[in-house]
Amino acid sequence: MRKLFAALLATSTAVALAFLVLPVAAIFLRVPPGDLVGALGHHVTRDALLVSLETSAIAHAAVLLVGTPAAYLLARRRFPGRGVVLTLVELPLVLPPAVAGIALFAAFGRAGLLGQELDAVGVQIPFTQAAVILAVAFVESPFYLRGGVAAFEAVDGGLIDAARTLGAGPARVFARVALPLAAGGLGAASALALARGLGEFGATIIFAGSLQGVTQTLPLAIYAQFDQNFDTALAISALFIIVGALLLVTLKLYGWLRFSSIFRSRFAPSLSS
Amino acid sequence: MASLQLDLSLPLRAFALELALEVGPETVALVGPSGAGKTSLLRTIAGLARPACGTVCCAGDVWFDSKRRIDRRPEQRSVGFVFQEYALFPHLSVEQNVTFGGGRADGLLRRLRIEQLAKAKPAELSGGERQRVALARALARDPKVLLLDEPMAALDPHTRGSVRAELHDLLRELALPTLLVTHDFEDAATLADRVGVLVGGRLRQIGSPADLLSSPVDPFVAEFAGANVLEGVAERGPAGLTRLRLDQGPEVYSADEARGAAVLVLYPWEVSLAFSAPDDSALNHLQGEIVSLVRVGNRVRVRLPFLTAEITAASAERLALRPGQRVVASFKATQARLLDR
Repeated sequence: MRKLFAALLATSTAVALAFLVLPVAAIFLRVPPGDLVGALGHHVTRDALLVSLETSAIAHAAVLLVGTPAAYLLARRRFPGRGVVLTLVELPLVLPPAVAGIALFAAFGRAGLLGQELDAVGVQIPFTQAAVILAVAFVESPFYLRGGVAAFEAVDGGLIDAARTLGAGPARVFARVALPLAAGGLGAASALALARGLGEFGATIIFAGSLQGVTQTLPLAIYAQFDQNFDTALAISALFIIVGALLLVTLKLYGWLRFSSIFRSRFAPSLSS
Repeated sequence: MASLQLDLSLPLRAFALELALEVGPETVALVGPSGAGKTSLLRTIAGLARPACGTVCCAGDVWFDSKRRIDRRPEQRSVGFVFQEYALFPHLSVEQNVTFGGGRADGLLRRLRIEQLAKAKPAELSGGERQRVALARALARDPKVLLLDEPMAALDPHTRGSVRAELHDLLRELALPTLLVTHDFEDAATLADRVGVLVGGRLRQIGSPADLLSSPVDPFVAEFAGANVLEGVAERGPAGLTRLRLDQGPEVYSADEARGAAVLVLYPWEVSLAFSAPDDSALNHLQGEIVSLVRVGNRVRVRLPFLTAEITAASAERLALRPGQRVVASFKATQARLLDR
């Protein structure tokens, strides 16, 4: 019985591992490394890389700038409806990306909620780079906010009290105590959010379309090249795998993932230091 | 003259802490069991918690007044707070910790003999060193009041004695209104000019450590001061003495007056031990088997069924005391204080 159970555990693990690793390995086995590098020089790839880098950088900067203070407030303040707010923040995590795309349309599209107001000031968002930025920010910000709240909650409240008795006002407490002590967790959340944003596909293709050089990001380019030039699609995919692996290894080396709520149970006791 | 004046009602889980107290340039220690609201009281003075009502004033400044709706924020009060686990900033060096609130570090670091640790991080320090950094940090802003929350609790028993002596000297030198809370009567008695005993949200007694030891007002205070507290019924005894029939059976004699339900208060160091009742002036002899022996520094605490005796380690060795041995505990009727129950 014991041996049988041990065999069951080992087999399940082997099956899961094979299932997860095989497709990833297949990408590198299908195309020789030289061809991969060559395909990355293709004009479709280069355009998509530029669009991805540009839109992700702007979206990510905005998410960090707004998300960090917001996460601090949500972590430190106890107010009625806090649970509802936290749940609303997490809602985009469980939405299909296509729904996010439709939702953005409904809000910022011509016939959308803010369509008239945007039209009045001559701003049109759908199918522009601004639409890509909005889509990326929309899907990645819950990752950053969730991780950021967990990171700030893990800062020992006693240290914040100590800072206040030493004459530090709220802004100084944030800058000199909370922010540096939450930096590891914020870094992890930022990296995971960035990875999610770079990989954004569903919301972007609905809300921004797939115009080469304008709104076609790397994931959209994979989809576009899938019928036309499979090797280019493979090369871009390989690039994603390498960047993703480097990111994970870096985070693990710094031990930052332990701060990230995505890799921890939501209700686990928060770390005190 | 700098002084801290409190008149507070502070709601706690089971009861409210009601306290009126004035602390001059002296060290006042409040002792009490955990849950007595000691930490909450310090947090309230610092502005980290809010009382239900009352006033907190310091050197003429009003920090809190519920009637006048005054509630100054912690950063606007002048408090040096040494937290229980010291709450040093782990990402800052000793020097950066000390200068966090402004001011210069070098003088304080030298005074507390930690200048060689200026560049070290808190994680590299021993318990005693951490305590000194916490003190230096609390003092760096020249606070008007010093608050110490269980300053000895995070130290191992080995370093406790020497740290206590140093802290005592420093507090004496500073002559700041200092409020210290602890659950340890010995810490309170060695560090403070006055000791208050907090039980059930009330200040049962406040006075010099010697006063509390020699004339505790009730059994609670006596027990906190480390006394054996034995319950019994008192009646008139021979030769102007009081006879106390203990609930556990034996009878003892006291020079104090009491009738009816009473308690005997007896400090462990007033009890001597022998194998047979000695023929001396002591009137009280209680027999019992030794339950346990615990060495505390150069003394040994010997627990008997009714009471605890404290004798020197040298005596314990000479008598070769072991658990299970039958001994006689003796004490004088003049040492057997009686209090009403």
